[in-house]
Amino acid sequence: MIRVAILLTLATPAFADSNLPPSEWADRQLPDARQEAQAMTLMQEIRCLVCQGQSVADSDAELAGDMRALIRQRIAAGEKPADIRAWLIQRYGDWVSFSPPVKPLTWPLWAAPILILIAGGVLAGRKLSRRK
Amino acid sequence: MKRLLLALPLLLLAAFAGVALWRLSSPPDNIIRSKLEGQPVPAFALPAALPGRSGFDSASLADGKPRLLNIFASWCVPCIAEAPVLLDLQKSGVTIDAIAVRDRPEDIAAFLDRNGDPFGRIGSDLDSKVQMTLGSSGVPESFVIDGRGIIRYQHVGPIMPQDMATILTEMEKAR
Repeated sequence: MIRVAILLTLATPAFADSNLPPSEWADRQLPDARQEAQAMTLMQEIRCLVCQGQSVADSDAELAGDMRALIRQRIAAGEKPADIRAWLIQRYGDWVSFSPPVKPLTWPLWAAPILILIAGGVLAGRKLSRRK
Repeated sequence: MKRLLLALPLLLLAAFAGVALWRLSSPPDNIIRSKLEGQPVPAFALPAALPGRSGFDSASLADGKPRLLNIFASWCVPCIAEAPVLLDLQKSGVTIDAIAVRDRPEDIAAFLDRNGDPFGRIGSDLDSKVQMTLGSSGVPESFVIDGRGIIRYQHVGPIMPQDMATILTEMEKAR
C-alpha cells in the first residue's frame, strides 16, 4: 500500500508535451509596443484548442504557445488582427474566437442582453411608478 | 396565476438543475474538427524530419494518388497505439506521408525503431505551424487527401483497429 502510494507520488502525469522549448515568440513581447498591444488583444480573444475554456493568452499548453507565436509573427509582418482571426476561423470554425460573429444563428445571443435589459427596465419602471 | 408566479423561481431552479445534471452526465463533444474537409490542402512546405528521409510540400500531394497524411509526434502516447494500425494500412497499399510535430530527429528515429515505420515521407513541423494551417488541434490526427490534393476526410485521434474499415473506404472514395 505504502509502496504504491510512493510510486504514485513519483509518477509524472501523462501530459502530452514535446521535448522542444517553447517557440521564440510564445512568451516574448514584440519590440513594437503598439503591435504587441494588437497581438495581446487578439490573443485574449482566441480560444486555446487544448484547454478549451482558456484563451491563448492565458493557457500554458504548448499549442497555445505556438498560436501566440503565430499571432505575434503575423502581426509583426504587418497582417491585420481581423485577417488572422479570419484565418483561424476558416480552419477551426467560429468556435475558436471568443467574440461570436453576428449572423442569423447568433442573433438571439446578441439580442438577449438587450431584451433582458428592456424587460428589467419595464419591471423596475412599474414598481417605481406604483410606489409614488 | 399568482401561485404560478410564486412557483416560478422554484421551476427555474429545477430547470437549471436538470440542464446542469444532463450536461454533467453527458458532456458535449469537445473534439475540434478541421473545417477544411472538401477543400484543397493549404500551401505549406516542410523540411525532412530525419536525415535520409525527404520532407514534402502541399503541391506534391496533388500527384494523382490518394494518400493518408498522418500528424504524429514521438512524444505522443496515443500515437504508439495507432502505430500497428498504420502498419496494417500501409501493408494493404495505403501511401502514408507524415508530419512530425515539435520533434527531434533522434526521438523520431527511436520512435520508428520501436513502433515500426509505415511512413513514406516525413516532414518536420517544429512550431506546429503546418498543423494549424491544416486546422488540426492535436496529435495524432490523419487526413485522407485525394490525387488532386483535396482533403477528403479527417480522423481525429488515434486510428484504432475498428477505424481501419472507415479509413480504407475513405481512401477508396478518394481514388
